[in-house]
Amino acid sequence: MVDVAVIDYGMGNLHSASKALEFVAPGKKILVTSDRDEILNAKRVVFPGVGAIRDCMAEIRRLQLDTLLPELIKTRPVLAICVGMQALMDSSEENGGVDCIGVLPGKVRFFGDHLVDSDGQELKVPHMGWNQVQQVRDHPIWHGIEPDSRFYFVHSYYVEAQNSDQIIGSTEYGSNFSAALTEKNLVAVQFHPEKSQHAGLALLNNFINWDGSC
Amino acid sequence: MSLAKRIIPCLDVDKGRVVKGVKFVDIRDAGDPVEVAKRYDREGADEITFLDITASHEGRDTTIDMVKDIASQVFIPLTVGGGIRTVEDIRAMLNAGADKVGINTAAVHNPGFVTEAALRFGSQCIVVAIDAKRQGDHWEIFTHGGRKATGIDAIEWAKQMVVRGAGEILLTSMDRDGTRDGFDLGLTRAVSEAVSVPVIASGGVGNLQHLTDGVLQGKADAVLAASIFHFGEYTIEAAKKAMQSEGVEVRL
Repeated sequence: MVDVAVIDYGMGNLHSASKALEFVAPGKKILVTSDRDEILNAKRVVFPGVGAIRDCMAEIRRLQLDTLLPELIKTRPVLAICVGMQALMDSSEENGGVDCIGVLPGKVRFFGDHLVDSDGQELKVPHMGWNQVQQVRDHPIWHGIEPDSRFYFVHSYYVEAQNSDQIIGSTEYGSNFSAALTEKNLVAVQFHPEKSQHAGLALLNNFINWDGSC
Repeated sequence: MSLAKRIIPCLDVDKGRVVKGVKFVDIRDAGDPVEVAKRYDREGADEITFLDITASHEGRDTTIDMVKDIASQVFIPLTVGGGIRTVEDIRAMLNAGADKVGINTAAVHNPGFVTEAALRFGSQCIVVAIDAKRQGDHWEIFTHGGRKATGIDAIEWAKQMVVRGAGEILLTSMDRDGTRDGFDLGLTRAVSEAVSVPVIASGGVGNLQHLTDGVLQGKADAVLAASIFHFGEYTIEAAKKAMQSEGVEVRL
């Protein structure tokens, strides 16, 4: 049986996630796949994603992942990363407005062309680099990770979650946005744990050891 | 709580080997890019940039193998620049595990290539590298590793590249590169203030104060340096502590 299936829907660099998982969990069977049966056969699922949401959603629908993912999160731990997280929301403002999978209530919004911080300093978009994540709620995924640890982000759109009970991590960039959400067996993060050195590898290790019973 | 300014060591590689002498006492094979990348990762580098100077096309496959090796052991963002000319070049690097690619000469020959690349792979992985040299009251961009003048104004070019889809600008001052006199702060600031995307300052770092100046005076979002780190003169950790003591937000 496959321990972790990393869903491959053809959107760029999905292999980083599998390499990082192999590093934290040597001996576990990690498979990068787009095959429905192989995904359903895995104990855990990682749903990564980079690139533009319209193209991502087109591939997600073509591979019928939009119907598969709601099933998966009922039955096993699922970790969504970056655009993977955004694709799980209701809709995104990117590419002139795109309907997404809608398993998490909320919208994906643009940071804007003139983003400023609390001191009125202009902020660059994309939000690129290492920013702090406030662990606003306790969750097994944060186990052993220092509060306010920095993770690597690269995105121009952010998640505005409708249900604040689902927010387990938040980050400040112009305003406060949802950096991590949870719902039953699902954890969704905006940052890239696979590129976030110690803190990121710790999070992936926590995911490998999480039974989703939260 | 805010975004940290990044410190990025840059390595020149030729046929999958580090060139321009990296000298660390704790590294057995300083030409081995995996060893060097691991060392920088341990010291707290925020990203690592590789400049591929491999001349032959066949030799470039070794660069892809190198990126694969590093990406399976070092879990911070990796950028590969040098010789990226086609969508296939980009795909090969991203599939190998690079997070971003640097495009320089090819963008000047065909600005549409940047648009095509950004649409295909997303702006987040497209870094446009600009080599600029002061000419009177403005800066002009150069290609072919700084050897060929283009007549194009650097600031206008940076703006155009962002419109085309660049997610980040790697800005090198040809006047300062290799001098150890510090970044061209006027150039860095002018470009950083002209574009909405992050700007990486490059060229001329000789000491740690230069890194701080690049951020505080040059308004750079990230600072790139090679020799001050390669010869063990300063560690990245020491650089971050020095910057922090001057009020720069860093990841420690």
